[in-house]
Amino acid sequence: MGLFDTLLGRTKPVKANLDALFALPTAALTLQSAGGLVTSGHAGVCWKPPSGQGSEDLQTEISQLVGEGFTETKDSFGYGWLLLHEPALDDLVTHAHMANTTLTEAGWGPQLLCSVFGFVPGPDASDDAKPFSLVYLYKRGTFYPFAPTDAQKERRDTELELRIRTMLGVDLPVEPDLARWFPMWDLPVK
Amino acid sequence: MALSHNIKGDRGLTTRMLMTGFFLVVLYAVLIGVLFFFLKSLVLILVIAFGLLFCQYFFSDKIAMYAMHAKEVTPEQAPELHGVIDRLCALADMPKPRVAIAQTDVPNAFATGRSPKAAVVCATSGLLRRLDEPEIEAVLAHEISHVAHRDVAVMTIASGLGMIAGLLTRVMFFSEMFGGGGRGNNNQSGGQAAMIEMVVMLVSIVVYFVSFLLTMALSRYRELAADRSGALLIGRPSQLASALVKISGEMGRIPTKDLRAAEPFNAFFFVPAVAGQNAQDQGRGQGGGGGFSFGSLFRTHPTLERRLAQLDALEHQLGQAD
Repeated sequence: MGLFDTLLGRTKPVKANLDALFALPTAALTLQSAGGLVTSGHAGVCWKPPSGQGSEDLQTEISQLVGEGFTETKDSFGYGWLLLHEPALDDLVTHAHMANTTLTEAGWGPQLLCSVFGFVPGPDASDDAKPFSLVYLYKRGTFYPFAPTDAQKERRDTELELRIRTMLGVDLPVEPDLARWFPMWDLPVK
Repeated sequence: MALSHNIKGDRGLTTRMLMTGFFLVVLYAVLIGVLFFFLKSLVLILVIAFGLLFCQYFFSDKIAMYAMHAKEVTPEQAPELHGVIDRLCALADMPKPRVAIAQTDVPNAFATGRSPKAAVVCATSGLLRRLDEPEIEAVLAHEISHVAHRDVAVMTIASGLGMIAGLLTRVMFFSEMFGGGGRGNNNQSGGQAAMIEMVVMLVSIVVYFVSFLLTMALSRYRELAADRSGALLIGRPSQLASALVKISGEMGRIPTKDLRAAEPFNAFFFVPAVAGQNAQDQGRGQGGGGGFSFGSLFRTHPTLERRLAQLDALEHQLGQAD
């Protein structure tokens, strides 16, 4: 924010940063070699519907824009989700990016909240490996791991999350501010 | 006075607290000075000073609960928390304190109240979410030890002593400068009187500041004592150590509040006022490193390393006793 924005109390909507998504396939290779963790084949794009009349228009517009291959759903917070299912991570990333670009070009960029990519322990993972998600925050252009252990009690495995951060190292822009590693309980993405 | 756990914070916060503490001191000294000038009565000043102390002492539970937005909970509302505290009180042979929960994501707990009978033990919802039951038990054992040690009373008296020290300095200076009881007719030589007044003010500030440092040091010692008794009460120092690691430093900073629920509050869709860089600094600040840091003078709690080292030593001793 510039000085004038501060003085006048203005904020500009942040543009979504989409490009960091393409760092994910490389980082996934690291996760696989370091911890035997592979993609679950599921991903989701989460967006915040605007209030009022525009909401339903956007809903239909989005379904028209992104076309086939997505499942639409709404969560308990009223956020919209586009769910994808592809066996390969590359395809997931490409599809998620495609959906994002379409939405951004249609002017819905500021409504994008995050993309979530599911990961599960692969065949050569250690026994105590657990599934987790990588959440990509558009506004920050960063990723963070989220490993819920008990969504009902809203518990997360912070130890595992910090381990994943260490594994990812420099391959992925990981959100440096831990206070922004917000959980997403009842994720529709597996 | 909230005897709460140390959440290792960012440097900015430490600075702010330091400044707050310093200005509080100055404020107190100025207040006393002004009272002295206008009231000219030592008795009245002492009455006011002690009145404040008594408020702090008798309403400590209400002040702390209000400051933390804590609400007392019944056994029906929080059966698990009550259960843990029931067990601990039975173990320690203590009257059961009141139990409260503060709805905040910051993992913390505190005990307050002037006597074991009037005590309140409070845990935040963030603490209950992050720790599993043995760890919660360990943290509450620490808090119950504060109650058993009567730390609110001790710390009130200690800070009161500091206040009296500051007050006494003033009185001594006055009686010396104006030839014993000569205060009141200081309008003869205005300039000189003003000078003396400045010096008196300065010295009382310094005295109070030093006593403030000592109070902080005492507070850190009481924390270690509560760690020790708490760990021995449950017989498993490692549980307290693991709880400390989970709620301080990096792990304690990871939120448990949902992104979609938190979004309206942190203006997620807009540029954060202080972006990235600051956050990275905070992240690095966690490591700490040894040595005698300036900040540690002003902390009411010992460093995490110091506390873990003590618990480790206890665990070792317990192991040998078996």
